[in-house]
Amino acid sequence: MPDQPVYLDHAATTPLRPAARAAMLPWLGERFGNPSGAHRVARAARQAIDEARDVVAEVVGCRPGDVVFTSGGTEADNLAVLGAHEARPGPVLCSAVEHEAVLRPVHAVGGRTVPVDRHGVVDLDALAALVRDAPPTLVSVMVANNETGALQPVDEVAEVVRRWAPEATVHADAVQATAWVPLPERLAGVDLVSISSHKVGGPQGVGALVVRPGTPLRPRALGGGQERELRSGTHDVAGIVGFAAALQEVLRERDATAARVRALRDRLADGLLARIPGAVETGPPREERLPGTLHLCVPGVESEALLFLLDEDGVCASAASACASGAQQASHVLAAMGVPAELARGALRLSLGWSSSAADVDRALASVPAAAARLREVAA
Amino acid sequence: MKVLVAMSGGVDSSVAAARLLAAGHEVVGVTMRLWGGESDTGCCSVTDVDDARRVAQQLGIPHHVWNFGDEFEARVVEPYVEAHRRGLTPNPCIECNRHLKFDRLARRAAAVGFDAVATGHHARVVERPDGTRRLARGVDRAKDQSYVLYVLGQRELARTLLPVGETTKDEVRAEAAALGLRTAGKSDSQDVCFITSSAGRRGFLERRIPLRPGRVVDEAGREVGAVDAVELVTVGQRRGLGLPGGGEPRYAVEVDVPRATVRVGPARELMTGAVVLEQVVWADGPVTGPVEAQCSAHGTPRPARVEPPGPDGRVTVRFDAPARRVAAGQSVVLYEGDEVVGGGIATAAPPGGSGP
Repeated sequence: MPDQPVYLDHAATTPLRPAARAAMLPWLGERFGNPSGAHRVARAARQAIDEARDVVAEVVGCRPGDVVFTSGGTEADNLAVLGAHEARPGPVLCSAVEHEAVLRPVHAVGGRTVPVDRHGVVDLDALAALVRDAPPTLVSVMVANNETGALQPVDEVAEVVRRWAPEATVHADAVQATAWVPLPERLAGVDLVSISSHKVGGPQGVGALVVRPGTPLRPRALGGGQERELRSGTHDVAGIVGFAAALQEVLRERDATAARVRALRDRLADGLLARIPGAVETGPPREERLPGTLHLCVPGVESEALLFLLDEDGVCASAASACASGAQQASHVLAAMGVPAELARGALRLSLGWSSSAADVDRALASVPAAAARLREVAA
Repeated sequence: MKVLVAMSGGVDSSVAAARLLAAGHEVVGVTMRLWGGESDTGCCSVTDVDDARRVAQQLGIPHHVWNFGDEFEARVVEPYVEAHRRGLTPNPCIECNRHLKFDRLARRAAAVGFDAVATGHHARVVERPDGTRRLARGVDRAKDQSYVLYVLGQRELARTLLPVGETTKDEVRAEAAALGLRTAGKSDSQDVCFITSSAGRRGFLERRIPLRPGRVVDEAGREVGAVDAVELVTVGQRRGLGLPGGGEPRYAVEVDVPRATVRVGPARELMTGAVVLEQVVWADGPVTGPVEAQCSAHGTPRPARVEPPGPDGRVTVRFDAPARRVAAGQSVVLYEGDEVVGGGIATAAPPGGSGP
């Protein structure tokens, strides 16, 4: 196996950006402090949090006071769904392709899912019918899907919801999208937004929920009330500082990185489709997907076997639907899109990120077709 | 050789991996995810996967978790439920070995380049002078698991390694302890992995099939007791039949699920001279004549004679001395000395031909 792995799983987590690391190091060393204190050490920590909050606000397009730092995207999603439902019980809807961090809380409060089309994009007519049928108090639709990268028409979702349920709260999970698309222009009419640090090149274990003023929301965990009384717990100062530093990089070079990675992704996609007979690219047309995500279904091949061979060859990829043990499970996203189970068994997600290179694509173009061919040869 | 070790998270497969590594093989650990994690007893629980992974880390070998949940459901769990619905006594561990470990897993292992699959079963693969292989009992007779592996044919045996079958369980544990493996003191897995100790067989089955109360009658058809789930009664069972105390002990001798009736009789009615097997598999071709027949996982082997297969493929095994009847659905494994020559699944069919 080659020494340097070819990392094509940026949708799972992307490497820490050097700028984030540099910003964090003082807070893992000589700098420290509980931001809630009343002395100079505390004030310094508080200033670091305040400055980070400004950056998040700029990325999402909100006021700094609307930002609630959390332990990550999952906590933000749970706070959004469960906290909104507790504040104002009623029917809850989410798209059928949401991440488990939304799907499971929605199911826990008896919510229903909105179907998607064959590209995995939320069906606005079906949404309208569901909203009219039982006007919801909460609707949650992600900005971009974590498996296929499909962008969702979140602003149109909000419009449809408001037409029939003007009081409804709209939540958008922007965890996958933050590194790639300007959020403010996609989030018109959205009340709650989840984002995550480690998907943008910040450290793991940090995220935020943006709460527009006036949105009914109850905290999930009670305590010191550090974050606007909506989230308690001493701040992870180093993590929040690293998160903000990564976001600053995103603000600075997002469009350039997106264009560069999109070209790499397209070359990878074209090359694999040409080299693997029968392989199908999943999701909407490429321009309606995140620039870094490529999802394929390879007929006649099992994901776990393919991932094993790729791993042996030093290529880190994913089937995008692993459970906690690392085993692959049937994807609810592909099922919702109507992808036949036989095809879904050969799911492969290759996701690129800020650190991806042309060499990564070259290696994958050699490795993936060879592995697929080998497995098909045995199966035949 | 490049060897895939099926690591359950128990001590036996941990030591199997360690031994293969020490022998110089290229070793990769794989834990099969078969069941959703509802079980608190068997494999596939989160802690068992953790144990397997931690042992692999300690040994410095890669570890993967492969999900065969759909196949396990279709090939092991559903047939298990269906067997109970028909009043049979299935052995799901054997079906798991037949369809999952030594077929599904083994085929994928071969597809991705492994030369062999190893498990932590206490049994051995022995090579005969003519080049064929046979499964043989493990050195530790008390822990011998050859019974649940009788389904392995020549093709499977040629690609199977059973490194712990050559030593006793005590030696396996001592070796694990000496290596500092965290599984050294772990207790043996018990029973069926998808049946929880809290809900039991009944709790599992009643969520999948209706369990019906049944009448318990004696030889003359008189109602003498009752059971609350006829699907759960096994031939030979004595307790839980609602029989009045006193007198000669009586046992379930016939379970008629369609009529929801259990017939009881004295111990002598449980004895039989023969059993008819179906789905018979042979290690290397049909065997007739004297063998030893083992009728349950830890049953005593009985001297018996195998008759030539009938036109329907069924095989009659005649015991030299009357033996306890084998519940339909149980496997009967046939041995020559320590070596498995074949086996099959007991039917309720009465033995034909010239019986004693």
